[in-house]
Amino acid sequence: MSDRVTLTIDGQEITVPAGTTLLEAAAQLDIEVPVICYHDATTSNGLCRVCVVDVNNGRLLQAACVTACANGGKVETRNERVERSRRTILEMLNSAVDLHQAPAIQTLMTDYNADPTRFPDAERREHALLDDNPFYMRDYSQCVLCWRCVQVCAEDAQYTFALTFGGRGFDTHIATAFDIPMPESPCVFCGQCVGVCPTGALKPKIQWGMEQGMTPDEIRQSTRRPRRRREETEEG
Amino acid sequence: MESLAEILAPYQDRRRDALLPLLWDIQTAFGHIGPDAVHQISHTLRVPEADIYGVITFYSLFSANPTAETVIRVCTDPICGMAGAGEVVDGLCHQLHIRHDETTPDGKYAVSPTTCLGLCDHAPAALISQHGHRELAVAPVIPETDVSTLSGLASYQSNVSGEILLKGVDGKHVESLAEYGSYRALHYAITTLGPEGVIGEVEKTALIGRGGAAFPTATKWKMTRQAMGQPKYVVCNADESEVGTFKDRVLMEGRPHLILEGVALCAYAIGATKAYIFIRGEYPKATQRLQLAIDEATQMGLLGANIFGSDFSLEIEIRRGAGAYMCGEETALFEAIEGNRGFPRIKPPYPTTHGLFQKPTVVNNVETLSTIPGIVEHGGEWFKQWGTEKSTGTKLVSISGHVHRPGVYEISPGMSLRQLLEAFCGGVMGNLQTVLMGGAAGTFLTPDQLDVPLTFEDLRAIRSTFGSGAIMVFNETANIGDILRRLGRFFKHESCGKCFPCQLGTQRQMEILERADAPLMGDRERLRDIGLTMTEASLCGLGQTAASAVLSALEKWPDLLTVKGQPV
Repeated sequence: MSDRVTLTIDGQEITVPAGTTLLEAAAQLDIEVPVICYHDATTSNGLCRVCVVDVNNGRLLQAACVTACANGGKVETRNERVERSRRTILEMLNSAVDLHQAPAIQTLMTDYNADPTRFPDAERREHALLDDNPFYMRDYSQCVLCWRCVQVCAEDAQYTFALTFGGRGFDTHIATAFDIPMPESPCVFCGQCVGVCPTGALKPKIQWGMEQGMTPDEIRQSTRRPRRRREETEEG
Repeated sequence: MESLAEILAPYQDRRRDALLPLLWDIQTAFGHIGPDAVHQISHTLRVPEADIYGVITFYSLFSANPTAETVIRVCTDPICGMAGAGEVVDGLCHQLHIRHDETTPDGKYAVSPTTCLGLCDHAPAALISQHGHRELAVAPVIPETDVSTLSGLASYQSNVSGEILLKGVDGKHVESLAEYGSYRALHYAITTLGPEGVIGEVEKTALIGRGGAAFPTATKWKMTRQAMGQPKYVVCNADESEVGTFKDRVLMEGRPHLILEGVALCAYAIGATKAYIFIRGEYPKATQRLQLAIDEATQMGLLGANIFGSDFSLEIEIRRGAGAYMCGEETALFEAIEGNRGFPRIKPPYPTTHGLFQKPTVVNNVETLSTIPGIVEHGGEWFKQWGTEKSTGTKLVSISGHVHRPGVYEISPGMSLRQLLEAFCGGVMGNLQTVLMGGAAGTFLTPDQLDVPLTFEDLRAIRSTFGSGAIMVFNETANIGDILRRLGRFFKHESCGKCFPCQLGTQRQMEILERADAPLMGDRERLRDIGLTMTEASLCGLGQTAASAVLSALEKWPDLLTVKGQPV
């Protein structure tokens, strides 16, 4: 039948509806393909490439989250080439971004034998902590650029369009227009961006305050005067 | 000077796809696009302010912050670098008492390094952006050049030789419509051949695309013609940004009508009534000449409504890029026309079914489209008298570096690299050390490989590539480490940042190449892992080739990245 395709993944045969992604088909076989940017609720963009798999020993590896199963395909989800790419991506990411509050990525680092010190003297993406609203903190030093926050702020959920990308390449960062503080942006503080953030880059302010050892009173105090706190942070 | 309101007036009924032209108008008038302008653009085109800001910060010729009245960008890529671009930047800065990227206290000048400007045969080159004026490309610039006289260097003349595509091109003058003729091939196609007939002739030629990816042109056209969905589009990719490549510039500056007729034939063949020419912002002269040619042809009824009295109509619109190598990738180019950051899309779906505005689209390189009028007029077999069975027709190459006559040459594929360098370029200056074949995304060749026939198939057989047709020649005085450092900076500067391997890999690759004279233990292996990861796992073709030259260099020169002769 043309609306179903049959392929093998790691030697196991599987038949799935046409259009099924390799990630979904692998999951049906209980084969776990690692992901970073992928999220069930957001459009897959194939950004992190940690989910790459080997299809028919092709010249290029394929991102499992966006590649549809093809009839007769022979897929290997973990071989030497796949491991090299995943390990190198993880090592490079770790050398650029503060991942200490990203346990899932830490687990992948261990799983793929990624050396946390692989890239010495590497420039890191460091950003000052942004405390400009009563609801959430933004620490873009922990941002992996998975795009989820921008997507849920736009067509994937909220249609608010408060967020975008500034710069390009390695220097890309999540931004508001002209980096204006959140309260001056169209942000409606729906919190969806915080909900989909895979690291500690976006965090409810109360959680952040508790982690800092602040008392409930102190947290309340700080949320009432967001602007002043921001100035203090910048001066400090 | 025009006010913001005056600039916005013609855009009242436009939508997001007019964003880049509007940003260009404002950038040119005011030297930057500030919060107030963004606010008003947002209302006019109905685009969120954050999105507009994101677009401005993606393109290096746009600025969200005020800039100097005159910004001088000097190319520091390998060929210009070797010709003293670093000294030029320092010299200009010294004259103005400023540092790189700094503005003079009176707000008049700023000088900054930039990536390839496609004037490699006149290295070092610079691009001047002055408030209220179109960009101006100038070359060659020397450190002593007085900044106030830079604009006098805009009349560069390239060495050109060719009989078919480059017929009559002298690297200086532009062919008028009267000289070119009244689109005879288009007339023949419309009155006699029909759309299928045009595709049939192209198919007979076995023509493959000249942009770098080498895809069969007729296949692309057939698929687009057959695709469901209306309207269909033709996009001419004139975003020539591959380091060392300037053949499309020379073609556009010399024979704009040849290109327009090629675009028109393609549109006729696939059933499109709208075409875009997307040209890099660093090519002001070619842009101007193409626009004049469009106006001229439209006035004569060769473009526009009911061409030659038929029911075929075609509007050709020029879109200027704004400083992004990435937009040479076809889907990133669509994104730019649609008013977005130039991020490449995931393929499939392919442009033939889901291209510009998600409609069936043929996107072809300038040179590819310029072969079409001849093919239609003389028939597909005519084209095959040049080249080999698999590399048919003539091919343009851009040659720069240590040769006596750098320039653009139209060759019959099959001739060897040695013949090319000796017969056309007046030979190599000094002793040849290496040739970087195919651009920054190409591979290094050594003197023992000079007899390789210049064909798609023979180059592929030695794991090299025609790429964009760039051939950069380096003699024994060139420092391979320096070339690699400049390539590393180029890719770091131009990575769009969408996928992790290229976004992170181009940065890490650059860092290692910067310290290559005193490498750390393990750097060779790091470069290899980064390179192979970018090659195999990047999202788009540009990321997949961002380590190509570096990987080939590691193979060719085992002494690179060694400490006391020991590999690290």
